[in-house]
Amino acid sequence: MPKITYIDHGGSARTVEAAVGSTVMENAIKNSVPGIVAECGGACSCATCHVHVDEAWKEKVGPPSAMEEDMLDFAFDVSPNSRLSCQIKMTDALDGLIVRTPERQG
Amino acid sequence: MGSEQADRMNETAKRATLKTDAVIIGAGPIGLFAVFELGLVDIKAHLIDVLDKPGGQCAELYPEKPIYDIPGIAVINGQELVDRLLAQIKPFAPTFHLGERVDGLTRTKDGGFRLTTELGTEIEAKVVVIAAGGGAFEPKRPPVPGLEAYEGKSVFYSVRKPDAFRGKNIVIVGGGDSALDWTLNLVPVAKRVTLLHRRDQFRAAPASVNKMHGLVAEGKMNFMLGQLHALEGEGGKLARVLARRGDNSTFAIEADALLPFFGLTMKLGPVARWGLNLHEERIPVDTEKFQSSAPGIFAIGDISHYPGKLKLILSGFHEAALMAQAAHAIVHPGKKLVFQYTTTSTSLHKKLGVA
Repeated sequence: MPKITYIDHGGSARTVEAAVGSTVMENAIKNSVPGIVAECGGACSCATCHVHVDEAWKEKVGPPSAMEEDMLDFAFDVSPNSRLSCQIKMTDALDGLIVRTPERQG
Repeated sequence: MGSEQADRMNETAKRATLKTDAVIIGAGPIGLFAVFELGLVDIKAHLIDVLDKPGGQCAELYPEKPIYDIPGIAVINGQELVDRLLAQIKPFAPTFHLGERVDGLTRTKDGGFRLTTELGTEIEAKVVVIAAGGGAFEPKRPPVPGLEAYEGKSVFYSVRKPDAFRGKNIVIVGGGDSALDWTLNLVPVAKRVTLLHRRDQFRAAPASVNKMHGLVAEGKMNFMLGQLHALEGEGGKLARVLARRGDNSTFAIEADALLPFFGLTMKLGPVARWGLNLHEERIPVDTEKFQSSAPGIFAIGDISHYPGKLKLILSGFHEAALMAQAAHAIVHPGKKLVFQYTTTSTSLHKKLGVA
């Protein structure tokens, strides 16, 4: 199974195994990874699962959709690498993905 | 009539206490279905919700998202479910108080309850049904250091009286309809309005965005690209809003007031202050009556807690049905409750208007 590494604001890293087709948000919640709230449960409606995708993975993960980009307006400290983790689906090509969680989800 | 006099009359009208059988706090799917179950046992209901529309999370977060676990309906989106529930409860003509948050809940001398909203609506009822889901939706607070000191003094999440901003420098943050609408409304009132948004694209209605660009072109307001970074001022009095550009450089905007529009989040809110037993921000209930630690106050849907509780809409529907049976004993004491099916009961057919 592909792996995802979450790095929190303090620099601590946690690596989890993720089923292909599951979202980066779902794997964080399933493994109690802190820093991701996911208040709406994955409907791209709340911007509380905001992550910064590691620069090396940015291209493979791709840009946010128009709806996701709109929802990112509700997030804080948005960067060009910002994505909502509920909108990133795991594939074998994303094995080793690194994302950083922000200081606060707001 | 002068507007002041109208205001006074509205306030007087609001102060007259409304009376009903049941007040349902929360007009989400479970609160709406509670109207149906209560109606079948002759209990009239008022609904109060902080959102300006019925439907709760279904309307606010998932209007176009599919739900696959409503029994008998293979797939339905959030708004469709709300619309169908509204049609289903129409025969019972509930009274809606939308855009109001319940603040106070106290017991009256006769054993009933008095509820007050932040807008001054006062309702007396024999039972209270808390169907508040994940809590009340409230504006998201931007995570800038020292924000608390400015809130209510220089930082506002809604505008009650635009005139309060007369002659002031205002910074509005966001790109949605709230941000754009208040930008357009406050430009004629304020000394200077600056709209701060992280990108040159907007969620807001294109017509509002065009108007905003027009005002910028006429020199009547400013639009700046950047993200809210920090606040400067003293004793809750804002002086400058600091913002960060995409390249991480910062800039300052002179400001007397800041209006951040970052959407909504759910917070338990005043429920926590009503003296009810709570378990991890939820209300423990028994699974016969779905009653809280206070007799006459019921809790159903996501806000309720009991062993094995699942936060599913279908569970909330079941909870509403059982709650209504228990509420009947309080609202209509001594009256026998005969179990009936909507399919066959002629008396239920009359209530549903299908006789």
